[in-house]
Amino acid sequence: MEIPAARDPVQMARDAFGEGILHVKHFRGETTIVVAAERLPEALGFFRASPGLVYNMLSDVSAVDYYPDDYGAAYDGNQSDYRPERYGVCYHILSMLYNRRLRIKAFADEADPRLPTGTTVFPAANWLEREIADMMGIAFEEHPDPRRLLMPEDWHGHPHRRDYPLGKETVAFSFNVEDIHAHKPFAKD
Amino acid sequence: MAVAAAPQEASLEEQRRWEGDLEELRGLVSERAVSGDTMLLNMGPHHPSTHGVLRLLLELDGEQIVTCLPDIGFLHTGIEKSIEDKSYEKAVPLTDRMDYLSPMSNNMAYAAAVEKLLDLDVPERAQIIRVTCLELARCASHLVWLGTHAIDMGAMSVLLYAFRERERILGMFEMLSGQRMMSSYIRPGGLWRDVPSDFLPTLKQFLNDFPYKVDDYEALLTKNPIWKDRSQGVGVVEPDVALAYGMTGPALRGSGVNWDLRKAQPYSGYETYDFNVPLGEHGDVYDRYLIRIHEFRESMKILQQAVARLERTPGPTRSENRKYCPPLRSELGQSMEAVIHHFKLWTYGYDAPDDEIYSAIESPRGEIGCYIHGTGANKPRRVHFKTPSFMHISALPVISQGYLLADMVAIIGSVDIVLGDCDR
Repeated sequence: MEIPAARDPVQMARDAFGEGILHVKHFRGETTIVVAAERLPEALGFFRASPGLVYNMLSDVSAVDYYPDDYGAAYDGNQSDYRPERYGVCYHILSMLYNRRLRIKAFADEADPRLPTGTTVFPAANWLEREIADMMGIAFEEHPDPRRLLMPEDWHGHPHRRDYPLGKETVAFSFNVEDIHAHKPFAKD
Repeated sequence: MAVAAAPQEASLEEQRRWEGDLEELRGLVSERAVSGDTMLLNMGPHHPSTHGVLRLLLELDGEQIVTCLPDIGFLHTGIEKSIEDKSYEKAVPLTDRMDYLSPMSNNMAYAAAVEKLLDLDVPERAQIIRVTCLELARCASHLVWLGTHAIDMGAMSVLLYAFRERERILGMFEMLSGQRMMSSYIRPGGLWRDVPSDFLPTLKQFLNDFPYKVDDYEALLTKNPIWKDRSQGVGVVEPDVALAYGMTGPALRGSGVNWDLRKAQPYSGYETYDFNVPLGEHGDVYDRYLIRIHEFRESMKILQQAVARLERTPGPTRSENRKYCPPLRSELGQSMEAVIHHFKLWTYGYDAPDDEIYSAIESPRGEIGCYIHGTGANKPRRVHFKTPSFMHISALPVISQGYLLADMVAIIGSVDIVLGDCDR
């Protein structure tokens, strides 16, 4: 069987999704394609199935939190990294046929972080997304098993968020005192 | 989702609690479990054959596994979160504690990722020593796997033989780094220091003996009819299933998929070594066993070549880029710049770009990926480790479906999981 020649994922994605491709970045030989959140599963399916691309394996799903101040309106457009919202979720996909990797990135907003699940395309995304939902608090819509994965099921908060304290107690200021008291187990009289 | 056995003569309250637990599991276990037709059974977290603290909730039809729900997180130590509060160099000891059976591979995964983020060079001698360490770590890790896997399946003596050789490898790690297991020897930009003078003779002696020891293991197991009965045709993974669930390493190659990052996306100079990648045919427990046995021999081949190169390649073992790598002790007494660099690196560290990279290496268990997002300052915004054990445990329900309860132990052993690696 003849293997079709490798094709440029950026060009193919632009042709197929047009406005759905928000940003493309090259850094240290890696390509990142930022897609609109609602078209994420469709894009993953496209990269998996298109001849000349065949990204057949999901290596990793990781999330990044751009808190405290360099995202959204405060984002400095000169930086190479594009960050319109607080949370970024990266799907690292791998093409074994053409031996190359690609990062598909989608952003989730601060108020109600949610993304459509990639589990329909890559079953491997199941636990990786569960971990992100648990640790970063990004809900994946129609995920087959949305329970917490690493933390206990009655845990408050999402430890990998940048505003989650590391081993220390949150200092209560006037802007966050209500939020802290809502979760804090005070001695009941 | 704590599920006990369905109470036979339960109070109303107990009955209600049981039904509430089942409600949580609806959709995850079959309807037959809800009606009481099949049995829900806890395996772990303190079961000796779960290789640490893995809990499996098994749904059994007689002895047959209908579904299994792995429950992890017992060993979660927040390593990724802790790294966010440390400068890049100081995070290396934390990576040791993930996959505690091959800490060198974790060091390497992290160091390679930081080097990629910083665009940092590594001297040739450091690369050769890295390959030596990684292959020794592969042997040490496979030896623990071999011993525990055999003990799971009822062969007690293999463990003692395997640990005897592992002690020698750990002794060599102690020579290199002063630590048997938590070595922190491979660091961004190179190594902690050069190998001590008695390392190479010890390694050569080990390379002389070890092939015969591997023959001994094979004599105990490979043609053993009990071993074959327990492992052949058990836990069969089709190649497309292995790919879909993100399995890597020997578990993927056991299904006949030729994918080894040392060959496909070489790092640390692996492309210059002559070795083969063993592949399985049937994707069962026995094939995964054979692959790891062959990997011992291939590692020996790589180590022989590395020893020859080490003898003829002198040179520094960490990058000369003093903005990222500390100067040698001997320079500190002579150079003011060296003192400044030393002070700056051990107090503040170094800045890394405000951007993201992903880099992966082939550990004994499969692909360890490291995702780093810098902040532009001396601490990362996010470090995420994609670990092979995590993916393999998530695939356990698919692999184990339809096999007997006793086979579960063989399947867990054959995909070679480490819970520290899984929970991080």
